[in-house]
Amino acid sequence: MSRRPARPEALGSIDLSQFLVFLVVDNVEKSTGLTRQSVDKGGVVINKTLASCSDAVASVFDGATVMIGGFGEPGVPGRLIEALRQQGATNLVVIHNGAGFHDFGLAGLIKDGRVRKLVASFPNYPSASAFRERYLKGETELELVPQGTLIERIRAAGAGLGGFYTRTAVGTELAAGKETRIIQGRPYVFETPLHADFALLKADRADRLGNLTYRYAMRNFNPIMATAASRVIAEVERLVPVGALTADEIHTPGIFVDHIVEIDRDPRLFEPRYEETAT
Amino acid sequence: MTLTRDGIAYRVARDLPEGAYVNLGIGIPFLITSYLAPDREIFIHSENGILGVGPVAARGEEDPDLVNASKEYITLLPGSSVFDHALSFTMIRGGHITHAVIGAIEVAANGDLANWRVPGKQVPGVGGAMDIAAGIENLYVAMTHVTNKGQPKILTACTCPLTAPGCVKRIYTDMALIDVTQEGLVLREVAPGVAPSAVAKATGAPLRVANDCREMDVPPAFNGVELRR
Repeated sequence: MSRRPARPEALGSIDLSQFLVFLVVDNVEKSTGLTRQSVDKGGVVINKTLASCSDAVASVFDGATVMIGGFGEPGVPGRLIEALRQQGATNLVVIHNGAGFHDFGLAGLIKDGRVRKLVASFPNYPSASAFRERYLKGETELELVPQGTLIERIRAAGAGLGGFYTRTAVGTELAAGKETRIIQGRPYVFETPLHADFALLKADRADRLGNLTYRYAMRNFNPIMATAASRVIAEVERLVPVGALTADEIHTPGIFVDHIVEIDRDPRLFEPRYEETAT
Repeated sequence: MTLTRDGIAYRVARDLPEGAYVNLGIGIPFLITSYLAPDREIFIHSENGILGVGPVAARGEEDPDLVNASKEYITLLPGSSVFDHALSFTMIRGGHITHAVIGAIEVAANGDLANWRVPGKQVPGVGGAMDIAAGIENLYVAMTHVTNKGQPKILTACTCPLTAPGCVKRIYTDMALIDVTQEGLVLREVAPGVAPSAVAKATGAPLRVANDCREMDVPPAFNGVELRR
């Protein structure tokens, strides 16, 4: 007797979602060579996908610390940030390399007065006007962290380390008040781990288990931030069946990811930005 | 006659050795990519996770997911790789990137670098400058010799907050090529038509003229054009 499940049309009644599962299983089988038996055995139990960005950010609370991935535009979870802006949580501490652009995305959140403090390395380019305005009025606080130290502090939190010694910032005002130590004859500054309540990330492809891949410069802070927050949410451009991402190509294993939201990015909507250059 | 910004970039490009892994800052340093011949195997690193950065993308062929640290749309060369920020700064801090060329506000005779903020009420930003200055062995500065008010930028001691102490190895300007040595600043080359005495006058620290100090070998096109500062 065949172990293959009946085709949907052979069943008396079936809802659309079951039909889609059959299609997915078919595709997985074709793309990975997995047997239908091994796919069926576990069943579709884990599903980290959510229907919308607003569902995904619903639990962000007032005073939360929120990491946001991305550098420039690649890897910035623009839809999740917009959803957070609609959601209303305030008094936020945001960890991001920059301070957003003009008045949308993170800059919009800052403009709306929702960010109490920004932890960043490079918040001082011309289009970071929303942050500049509030910072100079004393309305938003800044913790300035050298970029390599910023990512390593996040990495330390994700890796369960109590901090690290670095030569970066030795002998500068950004080392003021921090422990310094001579190691093997050279001075180092101690830096502490940086953890967040939420991480908002962007990836290219994902499966329902939360496995993520990135394209080119989308990666930047995203895979590291994925390890360092209590709740990790990724907006992704394409949701693919389990098994469609090979083990070799997964950059962020699903173990780190709590929620996935598929967004639609129409490549025809891409408008290169030339008005902006960093200082 | 002083060099143009492109002239400075051209001169730096000639000194980068084959097989170098190079981080380029924004401004004059990034112009260096224009003067690396396609057959040279030099790998340009961008701190946002790219090794093997190619030329800026042609209009209409930009990839939204491919920008450099200056947020310009770029291309990749054969043999390039992409990676996350932790690995990118492992390359910088761990001393794997062999050369860096960055801009400066001030450089001191002992190699102290100030390039991230000037005193005053403004938003500070440091980016990767402190990691680069602390981690990369051959740290070269490419800048104009004096400020737009004509004040020296090479000084006995920096007045602006430091990026890192004692890190600069060599300074390329529109007037000169100067090495930072244990014994102080040494003038190695002058721009075509610039006298060593003129360089010394525009420098705010003692400057020793090397015995073999010579005129820079740069094409005439890079001479005599007013610098855009």
